[in-house]
Amino acid sequence: MGHKRGAEFAAGFRDGIPIGLGYLAVSFTLGIQCRDAGLSLAQATVMSLVNLTSAGEFAAIGVIGVAGSYIELIVGQFIINLRYMLMSFALSQKVEPGLSIGHRLGIAFGVTDEIFGVSVGRPDRLSPFYSYGAMTPAIPGWTIGTALGVIVGDVLPGSIVNALSLALYGMFLAIIVPKAKEDRHVALACLLALVLSCLFTYLPGLKLISGGSRVIILTLLVSGLAALVWPVKEEKEAEHA
Amino acid sequence: MPKNTWIYILLMALVTYLIRMLPLTLLRKEIKNRFLRSFLYYVPYVTLTVMTIPAILTSTGDIRTGVAGLVCALFLSWKKQSLPVVAFASCVVVFLADLMLRFLA
Repeated sequence: MGHKRGAEFAAGFRDGIPIGLGYLAVSFTLGIQCRDAGLSLAQATVMSLVNLTSAGEFAAIGVIGVAGSYIELIVGQFIINLRYMLMSFALSQKVEPGLSIGHRLGIAFGVTDEIFGVSVGRPDRLSPFYSYGAMTPAIPGWTIGTALGVIVGDVLPGSIVNALSLALYGMFLAIIVPKAKEDRHVALACLLALVLSCLFTYLPGLKLISGGSRVIILTLLVSGLAALVWPVKEEKEAEHA
Repeated sequence: MPKNTWIYILLMALVTYLIRMLPLTLLRKEIKNRFLRSFLYYVPYVTLTVMTIPAILTSTGDIRTGVAGLVCALFLSWKKQSLPVVAFASCVVVFLADLMLRFLA
């Protein structure tokens, strides 16, 4: 697989560019909030570099801004970022079973919604070099965007920031739709997830559940149901593997 | 600003990395259980769906441009265009839709 490393890295890099651009736009607004919460440029930049997570950082700024307790911060981060555990779980089955611990630690750093999204879209096994390729534009995009937000605030025209905000979701659809086309069971599971997600977002009571928790609850519920009703057949498993 | 901001940052980074790292490093074998395998087969697509819908509609700050972007992304994904193509084309559609709305307003 040695000769494939370069190609895997290049493919990851290519898919990482829209992620990095999307991150730049999102983390820009994060940077503005960091500044408002009293974080220095260095603090905001390092926070984004080592955390690489949108919902978690937005939540943390809320805690830091009011000088909340460390326990509150830890519990909040755990709940909001718990979805990464599901993603890491799924990726553990997507990598080569004999993959070294070093590469596993490396892939783990880049488990974000978006990098996970493109990683599961890979045919066959996930190469760590694909992950590194995707991280190469994504991590600077997220980090630099945060720094720019702290420094210059609202300098990008709003219409461009707004348009870029949709990039990540467009990419998710490019992963879901082709799969749903070829597997009716995936399509049905996604349809159920879609309806429930809307209900959980807009219904009184249910909408009090935070975005991070909604993702976890619905993922467990719908994937569990789909696995019970439509267990994957052998050939489907091979295709997934 | 309290002087413990760096501790907040260190703690959140630790928690977040542990969450991401533990399953990948501890689960080093193929799972044989059929239910678990099926469950993990559906997880990515269900997660992405929940994250995308309905958030995409409000992501641009205007539901009309959000719908325009969604329709464009759905159409191009249906045509099996690559990830960057779908992402960029949808952004361009949102930008143009926004321009048009401003022009008409």
